[in-house]
Amino acid sequence: MPLSVKHILGTRGLSREDIETVLDTADSFKEISTRQIKKVPTLRGRTVVNLFFEPSTRTRTSFEIAGKRLSADVINISGSTSSTVKGENLIDSARNLEAMNPDIIVVRHESSGAPALLTQFVDCPIINAGDGAHEHPTQAFLDLLTIREKKGTLAGLKVVIVGDIMHSRVCRSNIFAMQTMGMHVAVVGPPTMIPVQISSLGVDVSYNLEESIRDADVIMMLRVQLERQNKFHISSLREYSNLFCLTTEKLKKAREDVLIIHPGPVNRGIEIALDVMDGPHSLILNQVTNGVAVRMALMYLLLGGSDEDIN
Amino acid sequence: MKILIKNGRLIDPANHRDGLYDLLIEKKKIVAVEEKGKLSEAEAGASEVIDAEGLVICPGFIDMHVHFREPGHEYKETIETGCQSAAAGGFTSVAVMPNTDPVNDNRSVTEYMLRQARAKGIVNVYAIGAITLGLKGERLSEMGDLKSAGVVAYSDDGRPVMNSELMRRAFEYSKMFGLPCIQHSEMLDLTEGGCMNEGLVSTELGLRGMPTEAEDIMVYRDIALLKKTGGRLHVAHISSGGAVELVRLAKAKGLPVTCEVAPHHFSLTEESVRGFDTNAKMSPPLRAQPDIDAIKEGLRDDTIDIIATDHAPHDVTDKQIEFNHACFGIVGLETALPLTLRLVEENVLTLPRAVEKLTSRPAQIFNLNRGRLGVGDVADIVLFNPNAEYKIDIRQFKSRSKNSPFNGWNVKGKVMRTIVSGKTVYDGSSR
Repeated sequence: MPLSVKHILGTRGLSREDIETVLDTADSFKEISTRQIKKVPTLRGRTVVNLFFEPSTRTRTSFEIAGKRLSADVINISGSTSSTVKGENLIDSARNLEAMNPDIIVVRHESSGAPALLTQFVDCPIINAGDGAHEHPTQAFLDLLTIREKKGTLAGLKVVIVGDIMHSRVCRSNIFAMQTMGMHVAVVGPPTMIPVQISSLGVDVSYNLEESIRDADVIMMLRVQLERQNKFHISSLREYSNLFCLTTEKLKKAREDVLIIHPGPVNRGIEIALDVMDGPHSLILNQVTNGVAVRMALMYLLLGGSDEDIN
Repeated sequence: MKILIKNGRLIDPANHRDGLYDLLIEKKKIVAVEEKGKLSEAEAGASEVIDAEGLVICPGFIDMHVHFREPGHEYKETIETGCQSAAAGGFTSVAVMPNTDPVNDNRSVTEYMLRQARAKGIVNVYAIGAITLGLKGERLSEMGDLKSAGVVAYSDDGRPVMNSELMRRAFEYSKMFGLPCIQHSEMLDLTEGGCMNEGLVSTELGLRGMPTEAEDIMVYRDIALLKKTGGRLHVAHISSGGAVELVRLAKAKGLPVTCEVAPHHFSLTEESVRGFDTNAKMSPPLRAQPDIDAIKEGLRDDTIDIIATDHAPHDVTDKQIEFNHACFGIVGLETALPLTLRLVEENVLTLPRAVEKLTSRPAQIFNLNRGRLGVGDVADIVLFNPNAEYKIDIRQFKSRSKNSPFNGWNVKGKVMRTIVSGKTVYDGSSR
């Protein structure tokens, strides 16, 4: 089935069918990355532009590899948002790019809503690679794919998302996508990092990590976004770690088969202990592998592909 | 030269008139108000007769909160285009906020503004002087000199006076001149980086929120200060239910507090921000439904004295950008009437009371010799058709800026003619 949307701006509002299409397509693309010649001609002659206004290594690289494995021409552009007239850069860049006929623009921007704004100025599909504290849909897809691979299913699973909920676009995209897939989501963190009225979205809220992970199928640790904190959100990293760092000790409260995921990059020892990160529950590297597959799937689907055509 | 306006429904709240009356204007004044049909054209000697059949005749609207951007940001609006926008919206008097460049914190800027307005001769322009020099919140402006230059109130609008000691002194000092201080009530430390109301929508969109408490706390602070100092407080564009309640309590205690609401704050909620429409970005932000309900209750029981637009023109370069970087505010003069009439439709206000909040009540608060249509009064008049339906089209706006979230709305209530001092400054019958 082709996707019902032209752009991937977020997971909010996506149908269950769309999400399943992405995951199924990604599943079938995974094998390409295990070949010796990791390239198929699917998007030959197509141009994918990575337009990144925020520093990023892994997400940008993941999109670049995804495009290249499908034989697309991938161009990386780093924008700056520091000009005196804010925003001029974004619209101008978009118009300039549009004039060069790209097939997909992947955009990351520090402002919530920037990719939505871009859609007014360009004709090609846009993939949101993270906008402000709004959404990071490709991360949610790769998280779901990783969980589905291990659990076989998504519906009914309980996920606990831990940390800086307020500033996390990963968290928002996951909440919307997971709820659509019938999963149960709880968020845990200090009250200063829990945005107002989030329980109205149908998620449980807790301030206690050990209690909240008892019956969790999946624990998602968020990165403490040191660069986004104003000084009032936490007293110290030391205290934050004492309360919310996922350690072997705290993990004893969780189920035997609990899965641990983290969008990365990890602040080792702050939100997750080293041994937990490298331990048997951790799927952090699976997530990275799946990230490429998910992004391949999205590029393919947005350019008219259908999951039925692949096999 | 005499003008006879006949067959209309006259609503003149200051004179407790609501009925079918004919009006005779000579030179700049109203010379006769009689029941319909009593002024025959021949006897009146009118050289122009305006048939107002089916129309409301009322004092020209008075907007005590507009930004005309001149001097300094003429690409957004000038005094001339602002006045044209006002006339098209049925406003015959406006008060311009001092956040121009240079700031209106001294006599020469006030005089420049008033001179420009007089030269254009469209609508009456009143100036509001800054409370503090450069709106910096550091030192009081020369309030006495500003008053003698013509200002009718003091405000640092958009830059709330955060320093409580300074605000105390502003209330005290302004007492000498008998003019109110208008506060944009917002504790800036609670709203830093914020760009919309704090609530479910800000949580979903990942935009930094501005809590209603930021407004409530400053309104409370100012009321507490006022109790001690005397002076007069006018709360600008009230938007939170908490602030409405605080003003209600202050009024019950007899404190000289008044407040205004902008049409967007009773017409839209934070839901409008979904989709990151920067025309839904204002300060104070669009709030949640309970606040809208409280505002309507405040209008109903007169806690909210007047309707003022906070007309804030911005060019596309300031609006067609990332939401968090976009300027706050929308143009309001040309949509105020139909939005206010929605309150009448919803039985929040009767039509005469809605008119009162746009005319005689602001005139009374700011001591303007306008807003009523008795014999001898200045002939500032608006004729509007309360039942005319149309679609709001920003391309038709006279304002230089088109930043309005109401584009495409189907509304009722059309300005047919705006008259200032007996002279027609806007004729809407052809539009």
